[in-house]
Amino acid sequence: MLDRDQVLHVARLARLELTDDEVDRMATELSKVLDHIEAIRELDLDGVSPTSHVIDIVNVLRADQPTPSLPRETILAAAPEPLNDGFGVPSPGAA
Amino acid sequence: MSTGTVQYEPVIGLEIHVQLSTRTKMFCGCELSFSDPPNIHTCPTCLGLPGALPVVNEQAIHFGIMIGLALGCDIAERSLFHRKNYFYPDSPKAYQISQYDVPLCLGGHLGDVRIHRVHLEEDAAKLNHLGASGRIHGSDRSWVDFNRCGTPLVEIVSEPDIRSAEQAREWLILLRTTLRQLGVSDVDMSQGSLRCDANVSIRPAGTTELGTKTELKNMNSFAFVAKGIEAEIERQKRLLAAGEAVVQETLHFDPITGSLTPLRSKEEAHDYRYFPEPDLVPVLATEGMLAAARADLPAELPAERAARFERELGLHADTARLFAFRAELGDYFERALAAAGANGGAGLEPAELSNWIAPLTERIGSDADPARSKVTPEGLAALATMVKAREVSRDAAREVLTLMVSEGGDPRAIVEREGLGAISAEDDGLGEIVDRAIAADPDAAEKVRAGNMKAIGPLVGYVMRETKGRADGGEITRLIRERLG
Amino acid sequence: MSELIDLTAAQAAERIRAGEIAAAELFDAYRERAARDELNAFTWVADAAPEANGQSGTPLGGVPVAVKDLFCTEGVPSQSGSKILKGYRPPYTATVVAKLAEAGAPLLGKTNQDEFAMGSSNENSAFGPVLNPWDRRRVPGGSSGGSAAAVAAGLAPWAIGTDTGGSIRQPAALCGIVGLKPTYGACSRYGMIAFASSLDQAGPFTRDVHDAALLVRHMVGRDPRDSTSLEYPGEIELPRAEDLKGLRLGVPEDLTGSEGGIEPGVRESFEATIKLAEGLGASIEPCRLPHAPQALSAYYLIAPAEASANLARFDGVRYGLRVAGDSDLVTMYSRTRQAGFGAEVKRRIMLGTYALSSGYYDAYYGTAQKVRTKIAEDFRAAFEQFDFIVTPTSPCTAFELGAKMDNPLAMYLNDFLAVPMSLAGIPAISIPSGLSQGLPVGFQLAGPAFSESRLLDAAHALEGAIGFDGRQARR
Ligand SMILES: [Zn+2]
Repeated sequence: MLDRDQVLHVARLARLELTDDEVDRMATELSKVLDHIEAIRELDLDGVSPTSHVIDIVNVLRADQPTPSLPRETILAAAPEPLNDGFGVPSPGAA
Repeated sequence: MSTGTVQYEPVIGLEIHVQLSTRTKMFCGCELSFSDPPNIHTCPTCLGLPGALPVVNEQAIHFGIMIGLALGCDIAERSLFHRKNYFYPDSPKAYQISQYDVPLCLGGHLGDVRIHRVHLEEDAAKLNHLGASGRIHGSDRSWVDFNRCGTPLVEIVSEPDIRSAEQAREWLILLRTTLRQLGVSDVDMSQGSLRCDANVSIRPAGTTELGTKTELKNMNSFAFVAKGIEAEIERQKRLLAAGEAVVQETLHFDPITGSLTPLRSKEEAHDYRYFPEPDLVPVLATEGMLAAARADLPAELPAERAARFERELGLHADTARLFAFRAELGDYFERALAAAGANGGAGLEPAELSNWIAPLTERIGSDADPARSKVTPEGLAALATMVKAREVSRDAAREVLTLMVSEGGDPRAIVEREGLGAISAEDDGLGEIVDRAIAADPDAAEKVRAGNMKAIGPLVGYVMRETKGRADGGEITRLIRERLG
Repeated sequence: MSELIDLTAAQAAERIRAGEIAAAELFDAYRERAARDELNAFTWVADAAPEANGQSGTPLGGVPVAVKDLFCTEGVPSQSGSKILKGYRPPYTATVVAKLAEAGAPLLGKTNQDEFAMGSSNENSAFGPVLNPWDRRRVPGGSSGGSAAAVAAGLAPWAIGTDTGGSIRQPAALCGIVGLKPTYGACSRYGMIAFASSLDQAGPFTRDVHDAALLVRHMVGRDPRDSTSLEYPGEIELPRAEDLKGLRLGVPEDLTGSEGGIEPGVRESFEATIKLAEGLGASIEPCRLPHAPQALSAYYLIAPAEASANLARFDGVRYGLRVAGDSDLVTMYSRTRQAGFGAEVKRRIMLGTYALSSGYYDAYYGTAQKVRTKIAEDFRAAFEQFDFIVTPTSPCTAFELGAKMDNPLAMYLNDFLAVPMSLAGIPAISIPSGLSQGLPVGFQLAGPAFSESRLLDAAHALEGAIGFDGRQARR
């Protein structure tokens, strides 16, 4: 059901650099799982509204009151590449 | 279609992002930051740390509803937040919490442009680029500052009802004034608290089918919005004239060169995989919330004010819009109008009074607020009233205004002191000066006598010079014609 | 010392309160056992007992708690079983952990788990599998396998874990202890490294039902930092019931029929427990949950979809692993995530990304959300006739390490009996109902939202009648 190209497309969306082996394995395994899952598409669900949450509450709002922020040293301590008091990354514009 | 040049009609829609001026961020309690040192306004939530959760800022919803009401939108009874998924260093969770198919506000209009929707979302972090230029191209290392990340944003999307670059600029100014008056944002384009993207397409005039549109980004001033759109309209016209097709793409406007360059897309296939944000619950716009938002709306919004100035006060349409969109001018004008009314006003029409605002702003600087000048609204009204009553000529009044700007004070006193009061035929021997003018230029006099009214100019000019502008032009003309008639 | 270890948490708290033992003494006894852990149940153990300032006066008396790795604990490794978070020490503490510390249950250690809570065997941990104390060749269940094994083996008096589609109940069943998944929204999720946000829920692992009630009552409550947390109506009461008089128990044939693949030994134990329940005065009748068999499919769309977004933040920018060596941003992302995530996590990210992707959303995610509506309706209808729904917790007992690793679908089927309750957001408890070939079997009771007190009461009565002896696992 899922072919190699689809697996590669999805892997790119998900930012996963799968190995060749993994691409093949993923195609087989996901197809099997999706085959099983397909069954729900045969249910008659016309007019059924979707549930994204079982809890039925609304308007959980926070007053616009400041709370303390984290010290910069603390957050940068976990950074793989601290740079200029910030978080370094390869530039998106680099070739 | 006949031969010859095809006339094209531009079709323009704007997408505006506005940073709300709440105290804290959209989904966490970090304070908003403007020019603070990097990465000092972050917490687990806005930094996207594992396990952190968002909670909606009540004030952002309040501001959102205010904007919706001011723009005549339908406020959704129940709106939802969605996750918009994309990887980029400015997006710490790799999704932006935004609104998708059930936004806070739908429909509405501002002036003659319809609003498509208004929704709430969170701002991205700021990506800085190393290297001399500080720009993305040519830099190989960048660093992220999360201070801005999570700032509440409102996205306002217009319908494609705009037909020219200039109309786009004007409408954007109207929107800015409206938002400023609501007090929901700083709406400063240079600071990025107001950002405008434009969708531009063109189509043969008279047709209704939409052409392929492009999206313009990075127009960070009102002038650039007009320039960018203008440049894109011209580019599209050239393409079509050359028999080429417009390609749907995103273009980056360079204000220095005026050029438009395609942006490299963040992802080859845009697939944001929107789905309802499971960490948040729906927002229900209750009667109480609507009433609170309504109570915070100003009594009159700029679009309404412009209509009132035009319809009720008889101001010229352009003047009416200028006074409404630049509220400080409108406010000053209305105070002067009230002062003129209180002094009887000598039958001064609001439109006549309005003509004195431009000379005032010319003298104080076109962007300055006249209320901060030395000229009081009462003083300006008195000056306009004196002109109306022919107590001072128009030219002399301009001189008086210059003095008022530099030293303040009552115009009547200045006229008195400087001897600038109008010269009248009866009291001041104006007739004698007219006689001298005719004697000095018999040529012109003869032509006027023969019916060539254009020749009256030099005669009037002579009198003006002799009276140092204190005589009224109409009165001089009347006296000359009386003598040469 | 062995005497200390044989006390339930409530008994230990009572002794501390009475001044018979010191909180630090109990802490040290468990700390030493946890430090000598041979089951790989712990990923981190506290160095020393915390300052025992007035702990004897707290409701939980200073009895320490083991905490699943995915709960953020300030300054303490919180890695969610993943290589991508190896060594990560967050700057803040999860609400539930903070609440327990305040109530007098200090942090004993962090427990091993399936990576990002994805798994039913605890074999998907970057820190190695956890062994089942009943038989070390077998899995403890998952994803909260470390917490379950630690409590069963007496390495911790009690523990907390999370349940997304059975991750508390199934390992509790496989390890012969009590595990409770509370009503969705009862416990704050703030600081829990998310798997599937609309399903994740924290809950207790304990040796008996009374301890479960004691621990969970201090976990629940609305948290202003979690928009989906709810004020618990009233207080969770400590269970007292000795019988089940007047209670109507429904056995959902849609789940317990042939489709569920329930092993004979599990079925036997389940039926014996049903008889005991009848003996205690309950009425037992078959009931229908017509859409429950589809729950697994819906679950394996909804949970991976949410996970695909929840795990997108692990991108090598702000914390955790980064695989560098390349100047290109997309490559940095893709290599970091490729190297940092294990096979099962990648599989689910792929599945979830696919289910949300353009052109498939309605067919997969949208449909699954509708199935969820039907499942919740099924339960609502069933609870009009029944007080509780009962099933075996897991179709099988603890299986051997590696037995299902090559077959994801077979692994997913372990969740068949647990997932419907997760999708409906209702509370469910697993208690040990006996042994099958020397391995524990779990019995599951599920009730309507916020019925925890009644559920615990019924489980308590049943527990008394079953008389399960878990001491063997604590040797
Ligand atoms: Zn923050």
